[in-house]
Amino acid sequence: MRRERSLMLDTATRLLFPTLLLASLFLLVVGHDQPGGGFSGGLVAGAALVLRFLAGGDAETRTALRLRPGLLLAAGVLAASGTGAVPLLLGEPLLTAGKTSLRLPVIGAWIGEVALSTTLLFEAGVYAVVLGLVQTLLRTLGSDSEEHQ
Amino acid sequence: MAAVPLARRLGKVALLVCAAGPLAAVVWSATRAPGVIRGESVVETIEWVPGLDLALTVRLDGFALLMVLIVSGVGVAIFGYAARYLSDDDPLPRFTAALTGFAGAMLGVVLADHLLLLYVCWELTSLASYLLIGHKGAEKEQRRAALQALLVTTAGGFVMLGGFVLLGQAAGTYRLSGLVADPPDGTLVAVALGLVLVGIATKSAQVPVHGWLPAAMVAPTPVSAYLHAAAMVKAGVYLAARLAPAFGAVAGWRAAVLVLGSASILVGGWQALRERDLKRLLAYSTISQLGLLMVLLGVGIPEATTAGVTLLLAHALAKSALFMTAGVLDHAAGTRDLEELRGAGRRSPALALTVLAAAASLAGLPPLLGFVAKEEAVSALLDTGGGVGVLALVAVSAGAVLTVGYAVRAVWLPILARGPSSAGPDDTGERRWEAPGPAFLASGAVLGGTGLVLGVVPALVSPLLIAAATSLTPLAPREPLHLWPGLGLPLTMSAFTIAAGLALAAVVARRAQPVLRRLLPAADRVGDAALYGVERLCHRVIGVLQPGSLPVYLTVILATALVIPGTALLRAASPGLPARATDSTLQLVVGLFVVVTAVAVLRARHRFAAVLVLGTLGYAVAALFAVHGAPDLALTQFLVETVTLVAFALVLRRLPSSFTTRRSPRVVAGRGALAGALGLLVAMLALSATQVPNDRPVSEFYLDEAESAGGSNVVSVILSDFRALDTLGEITVVAVATLGVLHLLRARREEDEG
Repeated sequence: MRRERSLMLDTATRLLFPTLLLASLFLLVVGHDQPGGGFSGGLVAGAALVLRFLAGGDAETRTALRLRPGLLLAAGVLAASGTGAVPLLLGEPLLTAGKTSLRLPVIGAWIGEVALSTTLLFEAGVYAVVLGLVQTLLRTLGSDSEEHQ
Repeated sequence: MAAVPLARRLGKVALLVCAAGPLAAVVWSATRAPGVIRGESVVETIEWVPGLDLALTVRLDGFALLMVLIVSGVGVAIFGYAARYLSDDDPLPRFTAALTGFAGAMLGVVLADHLLLLYVCWELTSLASYLLIGHKGAEKEQRRAALQALLVTTAGGFVMLGGFVLLGQAAGTYRLSGLVADPPDGTLVAVALGLVLVGIATKSAQVPVHGWLPAAMVAPTPVSAYLHAAAMVKAGVYLAARLAPAFGAVAGWRAAVLVLGSASILVGGWQALRERDLKRLLAYSTISQLGLLMVLLGVGIPEATTAGVTLLLAHALAKSALFMTAGVLDHAAGTRDLEELRGAGRRSPALALTVLAAAASLAGLPPLLGFVAKEEAVSALLDTGGGVGVLALVAVSAGAVLTVGYAVRAVWLPILARGPSSAGPDDTGERRWEAPGPAFLASGAVLGGTGLVLGVVPALVSPLLIAAATSLTPLAPREPLHLWPGLGLPLTMSAFTIAAGLALAAVVARRAQPVLRRLLPAADRVGDAALYGVERLCHRVIGVLQPGSLPVYLTVILATALVIPGTALLRAASPGLPARATDSTLQLVVGLFVVVTAVAVLRARHRFAAVLVLGTLGYAVAALFAVHGAPDLALTQFLVETVTLVAFALVLRRLPSSFTTRRSPRVVAGRGALAGALGLLVAMLALSATQVPNDRPVSEFYLDEAESAGGSNVVSVILSDFRALDTLGEITVVAVATLGVLHLLRARREEDEG
């Protein structure tokens, strides 16, 4: 049994979903200097997924994110702990952040030097775990209640 | 770890590949042997937590060398044997991994010089033993035996850990070598040694905690031959031997070990006399022999040390060879019952010879290594004299008589007796017999043959054994071992014990079986009763502690959070109010809104309404953060609130819309009061935390250092850099909890559908 899909919500979702994802990535990247970070970014991406769920139900979230729920969680923890562990191999304390800055070709003239830090990778791990959490939530609770209606 | 995929791909060949591990240990220790025998010791240390004096220290001295050679030498033979014993139906990846892991952990036990490292390896061997006894896990008997062995040995190990800590604190060092060189004393040390002794007794299956060992005989025979004859059960004896020279004088140690060992000698030997199952007979014999070793090595009689280490080697060789032949018989004839095996071994002369050589060594017959060990033991104890010496001598002699008795039993029916004397009605005359291949026999034959060679030419192994004994105590006898001790009291006593043992075997063979069975109830049943008692107790306790009601849990948790810090706060000076009530009017408005929604939550009749109001409350708090100048916090709070709301909504679709039980006003008021008090507490804590006089608040440090960490958003920098370890821990918790939810809900759905 599939309920009626709302045209307005469907259209709005089509517009909003990519925008929200982009916004979540923006939050992830700027997190070091402005409000944001992996946690907020992951939540925004999760909210985007929730929007797809509201518009089209369980099947919609499955097409939006085809990965198995455990995969994002595992990849996130692995990325974060991996970033933390690499300094150990180089003889530094755990979780030391490495930094570098580089001048990108072509657009470098306008935006100047770009600061890069391994913290970004760590934050990406947090992002993945949070997104995985929301995905799991929708898959389990969402699909369950759908069947019982 | 690598053993699992290896065994998946290679099957049984993986066992042979993994034998390289123990083989490498043999080769490595052999290269160190000349130096160690001269009395040097090899020490390697890896500092782990220097501040806590935690280090991975290994030390190879004479005794450790002997143990390494036994553990790894027998190990190589076992791996070869297991490759023939197991079939492709067995869970090979797990078996291979557990056996390899065991070999490594056991090396750790005998090489560790740090008490805590020793403990960790000790428990690892228990774990490996659990996996190996359980094996396929398909039969109830296997699971029961595996669990029993695990519980008994780890419970003992845990008690022992307590003893280790006491010892380590009393001595100021956790180094085994340092402890023995400069032993502490006092009542505390006596208590500590008592605790350690509990661990030793459980691991080496001493009476009265021996029941798990015979039960463990449901394990595949390579496991019995390795863990439960040659290696793991020797760990207790090993530790006792290490501690005895230093702590023999501490009150109670000698008496306790002597009683423990003697009781094991007698009970084990007695039970072995009445067993019909060949492997269980060997298990009881192991208990008895371990008792003997405890008496020789654990009591703290320096003169008996050389004899003890010799017996240790002799027993490891003989017993694993016997187990291997028992496994061969089992495979070939399809039974381990002594009566049914009557005459079976006659079909394979090589098998028969191996059994005879190993059993003769066990029984202490010349010209085998067991005989050399026993002669040495008797003459050493005669030299010792004194009360302890005489008691030990009596125990050893009684043990020797019993050993001859059950060794004869183990050999008589399967090997020496002629085929079935009376053809039963169901006896077709031709019994099952699948001839074992030479490779299957080889491992046992090598070990049994080693016992013979070393018995004839004890000079081959004499320097090693003397180095082992003198590394334990410098007072150990240094005379080389001889096969022929010359006519004298020891030899006379040997002849007497052998004769008495033969007589005993003859008597037991005739009659008295039912009487013996009634006299001694099988000890593992007692262990079972205790186990189920504990289980029932646990069920009751959990029933009280875990009623399964979320409101109850929450109330308990919140009340605890309120009472304990709250009391501390009230006892301290109460913080003064901040100078200004608000920074802006907007704050006041939003704050009032928060209070109003909080009250509304309490008054909600419907679940959905309650959740929505709660969500509004969350957004209001987020707004408060934003007004306060904390955009990061506000953003996060806002997003978390959204996702929580969605989760709530999804769950609520499956629940009745209004609260199922109407809440009495008193309950609501009580919960409201609890919540209000908690809120007040948090506010007070926040107030007093900001008023603690502090030269340089940590926030300034964060502000100063954030730039150097490459970011200007301090909150983010704290989360992802300064406190990154916390964040890492948190996301791990989130991931694990999510996986838990995923599987719980999936399992439920399958239940609903199935």
